[in-house]
Amino acid sequence: MTKIAGKQFGDRIVLACVTIFALVWITPLIWVFMLSFKPNDFLMAHTNILFSPPFTLKNYNDILGTSAVSGWIVNSLIVSIATTFLTLIVASLAGYGFARTEFRGKSILFILVLAGLAVPEQAIVIPLHRMFADLDLHNTYGGLILPRLAAPFSVYLMTQYFKAIPKDIEEAALLDSTPRWKIFLRVVLPLSIPAQATLGIFTFLNSWNDYLWPLISASKPEMYTLTLGLAATQTNFAQSEGLGYLMSQAVFAGLPIFILYLFFQKHIVTAVAGTTVR
Amino acid sequence: MANNNSVFRSFWLRWFACGASNCTRHWGNTFFVLPYLSLYVWLLIVPVFTGLWLSFNEIDLLAGDITFVGLENYVNLIHDEIFRGAVWNTFYFVLLSAPVFVVLGLLLALALNRPGKAGAVLRAIFFGSSVLSVTIVTLVWRLVYLPDRGLLFNVMTSMGLEPIVPLLSASLALPAVALTTVWWGVGLPMMLFLSALQQIPEELYEAAAMDNATRWRSFWSITLPSIKRTAALVTTIEVILQFQIFGQVQLMTLGGPDNASRPLVLFIYEAGFRQWALGYSAAAAQVLFALMLIGVTVQAWISRRSHAD
Repeated sequence: MTKIAGKQFGDRIVLACVTIFALVWITPLIWVFMLSFKPNDFLMAHTNILFSPPFTLKNYNDILGTSAVSGWIVNSLIVSIATTFLTLIVASLAGYGFARTEFRGKSILFILVLAGLAVPEQAIVIPLHRMFADLDLHNTYGGLILPRLAAPFSVYLMTQYFKAIPKDIEEAALLDSTPRWKIFLRVVLPLSIPAQATLGIFTFLNSWNDYLWPLISASKPEMYTLTLGLAATQTNFAQSEGLGYLMSQAVFAGLPIFILYLFFQKHIVTAVAGTTVR
Repeated sequence: MANNNSVFRSFWLRWFACGASNCTRHWGNTFFVLPYLSLYVWLLIVPVFTGLWLSFNEIDLLAGDITFVGLENYVNLIHDEIFRGAVWNTFYFVLLSAPVFVVLGLLLALALNRPGKAGAVLRAIFFGSSVLSVTIVTLVWRLVYLPDRGLLFNVMTSMGLEPIVPLLSASLALPAVALTTVWWGVGLPMMLFLSALQQIPEELYEAAAMDNATRWRSFWSITLPSIKRTAALVTTIEVILQFQIFGQVQLMTLGGPDNASRPLVLFIYEAGFRQWALGYSAAAAQVLFALMLIGVTVQAWISRRSHAD
């Protein structure tokens, strides 16, 4: 009996320790969040007074009124949504092709695709930049979307998923000599919705948070994504008169994705952690 | 005529190795993979080889000239002190961050592998920062490290300590970036370890409890052996991810002070898109690629060996 009590006691202590650690962990976020409601001139003198007045919404008003943030959000939405949809289409087709159909050279081509998993993005940005410059694709949505569509990981993920779907589901349809694309659309695709959701969330988050390629490809401020735009506002960080303004930008950019995370927490965790395991 | 036709047919059947069904359908199957493969060849295969080719050339952007220089770019890299420093900084950063990711991820997973609300909330806190973009994370942490008004300054002065400004110190800049990186990304290793822990059969622990094994002992002989593979996976993932560190340093330190925090990818980016020395930058990118391939191969070899034991 005492042993069980001791175990519970130890468990409580562990929980208490992690809770304190978690509070320390989110202190930077709370600090930034609270100070984003303070007037800029107040922050010149005090950055340690969080929970008492003065409070103001001016920083947020400034974001909505004067800055280009709303345009960046629109860009981010267009790029991320288009990337996600196109990736789902292209990767589902290819995944089905590799997992379920026969054609000459299939295994060699699949190995070639898997080899692409080893290529780091940084190794190809210079040639990509030249290619896109020749095609006049920089500072366009296409320029931001296209490189992501070639990621071999999404095809690998969909191939694994389609391989796991039992074959006899298709066989009945195959005997009727239904065309392959009809089987794909009517029988297999509806079964793959969980995988589509996982890959979709994963792709959307990655595209939304993408930094290196947009930094290289989008040089005009009106083509910035939100992630890139926030980087641009940080460059004149030294004259930090607008401390509250900077903080409200962090909150403004972070909050939507954070709320999305709270809503779809389970899916996001499976999308991010689950896709890595496979 | 009919006979001829069937000979013809069987020839083609054998040629395409079609088996029982008809051939046109098999050719049709390539259309499933064609859209992806064309994007893949265009946007990945071709750039890999152009990148390699560029690294043997000197590119004059103004004149539009490309001159083949052989291994000159690579020779220059070896003699470039900043490049050698960048290679060293990259390894140092991996060494600073990857072990913390593995150990802290495992500790959090062990502590939070519990049913109920408290566990769920705490897991959400530690994973939550992973969904933020690098620019939000660096914005928050630059404010934390801000001289005179930052959170770190406030905390240190309120504890009566001499405040430090880590991003302006050559020895503290990379550790400070590593702390930010761990804060950003500890959710992933934690979740990977959690799903490994949940797959350990409960019976093993019950049997151990029957034998009066201490908690410490059952951790040592049940938990650790069962998550060995996950630990290897987490290590591989984190080494690969942290080897590619870029955004945090580009936004927080710009490689400074005095190049103390410039890693390989920042070197590639600055050589390529700040100094527009494209051939030189491409050569540095090949070095990064080669180092990562070597790293992955060595790690696969080690984990296969330890797996065979």
